[in-house]
Amino acid sequence: MSLEIEIKFSLNGRQTRLKVSPTMTTLAMLREKLDLTGGKLACGEGECGACTVLVDGHTINSCLMFAVDCDGRELQTIEGLATDAGLEIVQQAFVDHGAIQCGYCMPGMIMQARYLLDHNPDKGRKMTRDDIARGLEGNVCRCSGYTKVVDAVAAVVLEESPS
Amino acid sequence: MNIENYEVPVSIVEAVQSLQHGDATILAGGTDLTPQTTSGAKEFLRTLINIQHIEEMRGISVDDGRYRIGGLTTVTDILESALLAAEVPVLVDAADHFASSQIRNAASLAGNICNASPAGDMIIPLLLLDAEVELAGWIDGTLSMRSIALIDFFTGPGKTAMQGNELLTSIVFAAPVEGFRAEFLKSGPRPALEISMVSMGVAAVQKEGVLSNVRVAIGAVAPTPIRARATEAVLEGQLLDESLVDEAAAAAGREVSPIDDVRASAWYRSHLTGVYIRRLLNVVGN
Ligand SMILES: Cc1cc2nc3c(=O)[nH]c(=O)nc-3n(C[C@H](O)[C@H](O)[C@H](O)COP(=O)(O)OP(=O)(O)OC[C@H]3O[C@@H](n4cnc5c(N)ncnc54)[C@H](O)[C@@H]3O)c2cc1C
Ligand code: FES
Ligand code: FES
Repeated sequence: MSLEIEIKFSLNGRQTRLKVSPTMTTLAMLREKLDLTGGKLACGEGECGACTVLVDGHTINSCLMFAVDCDGRELQTIEGLATDAGLEIVQQAFVDHGAIQCGYCMPGMIMQARYLLDHNPDKGRKMTRDDIARGLEGNVCRCSGYTKVVDAVAAVVLEESPS
Repeated sequence: MNIENYEVPVSIVEAVQSLQHGDATILAGGTDLTPQTTSGAKEFLRTLINIQHIEEMRGISVDDGRYRIGGLTTVTDILESALLAAEVPVLVDAADHFASSQIRNAASLAGNICNASPAGDMIIPLLLLDAEVELAGWIDGTLSMRSIALIDFFTGPGKTAMQGNELLTSIVFAAPVEGFRAEFLKSGPRPALEISMVSMGVAAVQKEGVLSNVRVAIGAVAPTPIRARATEAVLEGQLLDESLVDEAAAAAGREVSPIDDVRASAWYRSHLTGVYIRRLLNVVGN
């Protein structure tokens, strides 16, 4: 028998416990063991951001994170964003601005956008379109609809902190 | 090899005890380890040691003129450090040129150093600061610490002076002297997520046009990141004028030994070396 490690962590607010192999990635665990297929495997090398999830409040590429390292942490995936009341504000903005094409990159793009909005690098100043583009530079969209993505995030900036 | 044990030490002492037989793979942020093990470039050893829970290996502090950065400090922590932005901005600048937000959130400083890539971005500013790394081991039943100059740490691409039973715990350097100006440049065809074709840092104190404390560090142009000592000697104590810049550019060209690879040709890397030293001297000498 090959080694399996039991881990416990909070997943979208719910305590989760399961066994994983020490070499399994967090993305594989989410998709194959927990059936959360929002995050996508595209490059598998940290280059594209399609697998982006929040770990302890920071976005990471889940294709690079070892699943065993989730133990004791708090994970949030795209599946945890919407509530019974409806879509989360960033999700809704992407819909409203037609920012979504095939959708493959979107779960990662939206998680990174949410992180960016919560971690404005220059806190005193409202984010510009350049700041948004810079903050999303680790997310590649093969349909290359970047303009509308930036439109959507810029709209949320206004909505969340009207001047 | 199949991993037979998985360990999660919470202190340096615990970690080095797990490491004492030298047949363990250390896991930090995993941003180098995952691609390298997936591609088969690197094999796992018998034990996997996840060091992420060693809190004493995190954080940035200064005490009596010596800075200490814990090995697990992430590139994001460096980018967001008000202390470093005020006192050692070249480190923040290099962090700002590093990969993407997601990678910076995971990537540790020790991981960047231990991966020993000739193109490791955080290494260049640390070489300008004459940094040392602290290594912990477990010898004869006790914790044993040693420190070594960062420049002596690298012995080849992916190779270091660290033993298999050692852990890189922190990076230390003296506060820069009054007037010390350090600048960093990195090249790649796109701004983000780029492994450097050439990276360079130049630092000096400039007084009435004369340079002192000159340090030049270059990445991705040799089997390890280098300090360009002959170029430094050309510049040290001299009045910075056009002919000195030419001389320094020529010296730097002789000190690098770049290769052709998928990212750039050796010729282009040599050319960039000349361009960068001119640009950086222009900034540092002003
Ligand atoms: C898409 C992408 C983009 C990247 N862009 C850049 C870039 O712009 N610039 C750049 O410099 N790098 C870049 N990298 C490389 C990588 O992110 C960095 O080298 C990172 O700092 C490694 O840190 P880590 O914590 O993820 O290390 P890990 O992957 O966990 O470990 C790296 C190696 O160091 C060893 N190790 C880790 N910590 C210790 C320790 N404390 N003591 C002893 N050994 C240790 C591990 O065993 C392993 O061999 C990039 C990587 C990817 C995937
Ligand atoms: S699949 Fe993880 S970054 Fe591309
Ligand atoms: S919408 Fe198709 S990849 Fe981005």
